[in-house]
Amino acid sequence: MKKILLVYFFAISVAGFSQKLVLDQSSVSFYSHAAIEDIAAENKSVTALFNIKSFEVAFSIPITKFQFAKSLMQEHFNEKYMESDKYPKSTFQGKIEGYDHLKSELQYVKAVGKLTIHGVTNHVQLPGTIEKQEGRFRIRSKFTVILKDYNIDIPKLFFQNIAEQVEVTADFIFKPQ
Amino acid sequence: MRKTLNLFILLLVAPPAFLFAQDDLLKELEESTPKDTAYAFQTFKSTRLVNGQTIETKSKGTLEFIFAHRFGAINDGSYELFGLDQAHVRIGLEYGITDRLGIGVGRSSFDKIVDGFLRYKVFKQKKGASNFPFTMTTFGSVSYKSSPKDGIEDIDRLAYTGQLLIARKFSPRISLQVMPTLVHRNAVDKLTENNNQLALGMGGRIKVSKSIALTSEYYYRINSNPNTLNHNALGLGIDIETGGHVFQLVMTNTRGTLERAFITETTGEFFDGGIHFGFNVTRTFQVRKK
Repeated sequence: MKKILLVYFFAISVAGFSQKLVLDQSSVSFYSHAAIEDIAAENKSVTALFNIKSFEVAFSIPITKFQFAKSLMQEHFNEKYMESDKYPKSTFQGKIEGYDHLKSELQYVKAVGKLTIHGVTNHVQLPGTIEKQEGRFRIRSKFTVILKDYNIDIPKLFFQNIAEQVEVTADFIFKPQ
Repeated sequence: MRKTLNLFILLLVAPPAFLFAQDDLLKELEESTPKDTAYAFQTFKSTRLVNGQTIETKSKGTLEFIFAHRFGAINDGSYELFGLDQAHVRIGLEYGITDRLGIGVGRSSFDKIVDGFLRYKVFKQKKGASNFPFTMTTFGSVSYKSSPKDGIEDIDRLAYTGQLLIARKFSPRISLQVMPTLVHRNAVDKLTENNNQLALGMGGRIKVSKSIALTSEYYYRINSNPNTLNHNALGLGIDIETGGHVFQLVMTNTRGTLERAFITETTGEFFDGGIHFGFNVTRTFQVRKK
């Protein structure tokens, strides 16, 4: 009896889990053009899940793991803009729309859901692409974040003229668990 | 029979429970991610609190240029334009060899002192997967007083400082620091001073906005000679951060910007108008890749 039970639960959990893909590789970067110097950073410590049945997707970005070319810029980003002490993560949770299962080539889709940055959550539609590569899914997206929408202030004392929006590029490759 | 019934119920109930668990993908993601360790950053805006050091080290490959300026005392009166006629300057450089290890040199116009130092961050304040309550940096320096030019042996011109800097960032706004310190001067007037001067420093900062913080610092001399003519060093300041620069405007009862000078040779009495206005300006450059 116990054996049957075990097999049963194992079967359910495998069935449940196999719908979900985990990250194989990921990169989230952003770029902002500014008067004195452009601001750019990359984060390779992102975590994400992707459900191939429901097409739900979620990702979580640890803010302090954004790597800048200049250490001081990285400190200011965490201390003054993102307030990483208070808001250590940015997250997205939503659903991918417009994907055709029958096609295998690259498709233009959008992810509709909730994007949380700096403790502020907004409903967003992120444009992107999905590509199936030997059981893996590559999801890419490029979108603009307007700092004001997420209550990110630019300190007035900063001499650098910092742009009020940044361009975010996300590149995820999901694989079966 | 009962067993089978129980099993039957369980089988019915279990799959929906699994389905529910999948509903909140983000929650599931957070739960499956191992906990991170968050290190305290920018406990202070600068490597200087007012006159003395903070636990901050320069990041690997960054070079800091520091220009510190102290005017004469306000109670020098109108003849000296309340101290503005006199100015003492220290020009210094500090480089981050690693994120924890820094090396620096400087030259002060006050007593024409040349100094060199090392600092090393031993513990980092952190929370999350692993925890530690404070950051501790050790600081050691050697200084050589080249004034007066003649009549003093080289060995008598030297002084050494050893310091433990211990700080905790209590909140994004408030950080406090204690700094047990030993200053050894090779030559002193034994009637009024000791070769080894122990001191306990205390200080902190409160951020009033994202770019501005109020700072204070006090060094209490523990074993001061009963006949000493000097005072304990007190300093108040305002940190203003603008991109790569930090401006620190200070009010202090000492002209010194080195431990040997402000711990053991502070002549002003703060509450008697022996106050020196001054500023530190730092500029940080990334000279090597991280």
